[in-house]
Amino acid sequence: MIDVTLESVSKRFGRAGDTAAVDDVDITIAAGEFFTLLGPSGCGKTTTLRMVAGFYFPSSGRIRFGDQDVTRRPPNKRDTGMVFQNYALFPHMSVAQNVAYGLKIRKVGRAESKRRVEEALAQVHLAGYGERRIDQLSGGQQQRVALARALVIRPRTLLLDEPLSNLDAKLREETRVEIRRIQREAGTTSLYVTHDQAEAMAMSDRIAVMESGRVRQIGAPQEIYHRPATSFVARFIGRSNVLSLPVLGAGPETVTVRLPDDSQVSVAAPTDHGLGTGATALVSIRPEHIGLTSATEPGVVTGRVTELEFTGMSTNLLVDVAGEAVQVAAVDPPAGLSVGDQLGLRLPRERMWVVRP
Amino acid sequence: MSTIPATPSPATIPPVTGSPAPAGDGRRRRFTDRFTGGTNSRWFPYLLVLPLALILFGYVVQPMFATFAESVGVDAVANYTSFFTNSGVARSSLVTSLIISAASVLLCGIVGVAMAFLLKRFSFPGRRLIEAIILVPAALPPLIGAISFQLLYSETGILPRGLQQIFGTAEPVLPFSGIAGVLVVHTFTMYPFFYLSAAAALAGMDPSVEEAAYNLGAGRVRVWRTVLLPMLTPALVSASLLVFMTSLASYTAPLLFGVDQTMTMQIYINRTNGDLPMASTYASVLGVVSVLFLLGMRWYEGRRSYRSQSKGVAAHRREITNPLGRWLALGASLLATVVLLAPVATIALVAFSADGSWTTEVVPAAYTMQNFVTIFSDPNAFQPILNSLQMSLLATIGCIVIGVLIAYAVRRLDFRGRGVLDVAVMLAWALPGTVVAINLISAFSTGNAFSFGQVLIGTFWIMPLAYFVRFLPLVFRSSAATLAQIDPALEEAARNLGASWWRAFGSVTLRLMLPGVIAGGLLAFVHGVGEFVASVLIYTSQTAPISVEINNRMYSFEVGTAAAYGMLQVVLIFVVMVVSGRLETGRRASREAAQWTA
Repeated sequence: MIDVTLESVSKRFGRAGDTAAVDDVDITIAAGEFFTLLGPSGCGKTTTLRMVAGFYFPSSGRIRFGDQDVTRRPPNKRDTGMVFQNYALFPHMSVAQNVAYGLKIRKVGRAESKRRVEEALAQVHLAGYGERRIDQLSGGQQQRVALARALVIRPRTLLLDEPLSNLDAKLREETRVEIRRIQREAGTTSLYVTHDQAEAMAMSDRIAVMESGRVRQIGAPQEIYHRPATSFVARFIGRSNVLSLPVLGAGPETVTVRLPDDSQVSVAAPTDHGLGTGATALVSIRPEHIGLTSATEPGVVTGRVTELEFTGMSTNLLVDVAGEAVQVAAVDPPAGLSVGDQLGLRLPRERMWVVRP
Repeated sequence: MSTIPATPSPATIPPVTGSPAPAGDGRRRRFTDRFTGGTNSRWFPYLLVLPLALILFGYVVQPMFATFAESVGVDAVANYTSFFTNSGVARSSLVTSLIISAASVLLCGIVGVAMAFLLKRFSFPGRRLIEAIILVPAALPPLIGAISFQLLYSETGILPRGLQQIFGTAEPVLPFSGIAGVLVVHTFTMYPFFYLSAAAALAGMDPSVEEAAYNLGAGRVRVWRTVLLPMLTPALVSASLLVFMTSLASYTAPLLFGVDQTMTMQIYINRTNGDLPMASTYASVLGVVSVLFLLGMRWYEGRRSYRSQSKGVAAHRREITNPLGRWLALGASLLATVVLLAPVATIALVAFSADGSWTTEVVPAAYTMQNFVTIFSDPNAFQPILNSLQMSLLATIGCIVIGVLIAYAVRRLDFRGRGVLDVAVMLAWALPGTVVAINLISAFSTGNAFSFGQVLIGTFWIMPLAYFVRFLPLVFRSSAATLAQIDPALEEAARNLGASWWRAFGSVTLRLMLPGVIAGGLLAFVHGVGEFVASVLIYTSQTAPISVEINNRMYSFEVGTAAAYGMLQVVLIFVVMVVSGRLETGRRASREAAQWTA
């Protein structure tokens, strides 16, 4: 077990080096931690992972495994285990030969190697599949061979590049539980890359949300969900309303804003919010935290239902509040609610949170 | 001889069906359905396939049997026993042919794979230029290709004489002759088999597989040994088989470098000496070897190939950054450019030389436009051009009609014997041109059912027929490759919208296949115009094509005029290459077909 540190890592491509795929990223992954890079495609998460693996060298910055500087060490000297998006299994070798490949390079004895391969295959529930050819396996099985191949060498760091994206929905959920179980058992420091926020939330100890090559927020899933740092994070993780509201007053950890019904409410804010009276605050609130009411009281804004969709678990509404579209997920909406109805929306103070742009 | 197979008679095509018969008397409707709405019925494929199968049998398979019959006709198996027991010409020809082929595989493999790795894995000055012209030597027609190498590298060639003059030696320096000369021609014209397949394999290889090996701790050498080379093996094996087959079939190189004891040369020599049974014996042996190679290749290709679909990161080219390395690369690129373009440049230069003016000089001494004036204005000299165009055109039309239908039948229809049909087309491709010619001679020197009772040997029609047999596989491959890219659901959608089978085939499938079909047709036409190997065995003085005329002019030392004819072929080829390049989707298809060019 070892911790992994990225210090001001940047990667610039292009002739003049003017396109920064990764821009000044600082991350410390604790030993044994399951750490996820989350973001939309093109945000630089895979580039970051490939720098940790050694397939790219950073344009600037350092990468450390424990106290060793590995910034410019070739990939075959890093002792990482990588699971590729398309698995990258060697098509000309059997399942067992694939898994044994890294052991052979590490000059592990024949008997020991055989034992460890069997063990690794059993761990991914593929005992007895050793002699199969790769093209005789299903996608899910190939995925597990790739995982076994990466883990059998007992790597210092496990790197996973969207390993579930080629699986169907049901298999994806099963496999993510499996990956997490195996990772816990092995206790390997893991860096996971995905664009699927549900996957990231379910699996990770901590998540770094990336956008346009930069890390926007690092935190535990709950923290990122409930206290998103920016409007991008708020919208990317789950669904969120980000309301632009005028600031009436500001404290060190609160900001007082005016709601569309002219009532005032004091909203929690990060200490470095930097907002003053007269500015416009971005306030995020999740659709499922908005209540429906017919009462008129402070903190209740009214609007007109413009869209309505029943999903079973809840009813998703789009409500027009003074020209702004507000998403609401109502678990128990009033019977007979339909498009065009006027509604009162209760915005609970404790569920609102000021985010940066 | 009014009906000839190259243009299929209407009777060979099943009647065009109209819309289903209107509802009426139930019994009558069922009766007409059986004949009109029958494109859905189980026997419909056979109706389409039967004429195709007959054509392939009549002009490809049955002539092979005729050749075998010819070889054992006079004194039974005596020819064969002389072949295998005698330590004379027959035995040594077979051995020489096999040795030349094996050496060609080795040389082409080294050159082709090295080129593929350099061009696909590294980035250096001049790389794009080399990539653009790398296939030029191989694009030359066989005879002109061999002649250009003879003019360049033989004892009387430009390079040995040039070196002789530079170093002031008594003899030409580094002349290639005999088997060495043959190997030079083979290496230059056949290395693309290795280059193309290795380059395609490298491009199709999933880079993350290589990365996975590095990630697991393998060093560069080990990644090569355990991942890259094993994954290239299928490509290298099929390229080896192709080069071996092509070398075995090679005829012009041994002819020009005077290596008489090869299989193809013995066929030619025995035929011109009037010993058709012995020529047929050689042809049968060579034919059987070629067919074995064809079957071996199909068996091997049927096994798995290691192409993985990956989006991932594109394979990286390593930039050569070391300044010395860059200068070396630039120098090597320039040298390669000169070497690759030299054959074409030589033909162009010699085409403007006055006949008889080039004796002991390094390059011809006197230049003139007269050669081109002669071949276009002298009716006797123009006749071969006319012959070639006419015969190729006829053959191409036949190739397109039959090739497209066979491609459709083999790829889209479900019927018994589909594999046999496929093999029969490729048989025509696997047989050396010399063997095709002997087969046609054996089959059609008397009338038979497939020539409608006519004797074809000594007539005009045997020539387009030979071209048709030789180049049908080109159109077939190119059409089949395009067809493979067309979703069958498109045709089904047309059927669903009410189109009859013929309508759907014509308006959707054929329309979408068109680029591939045209590319294949152009390829067949160009090869027809450049054809020499089969022609030289079956032409008459009235039907001599361009290549035969070139050969005859070379023998009468009219080198300039010969090269002028050659230039026409070369220009035609480059025009066709440009046109095919424009047919976007046809491009891949024609390249694939080009790989199959013997």
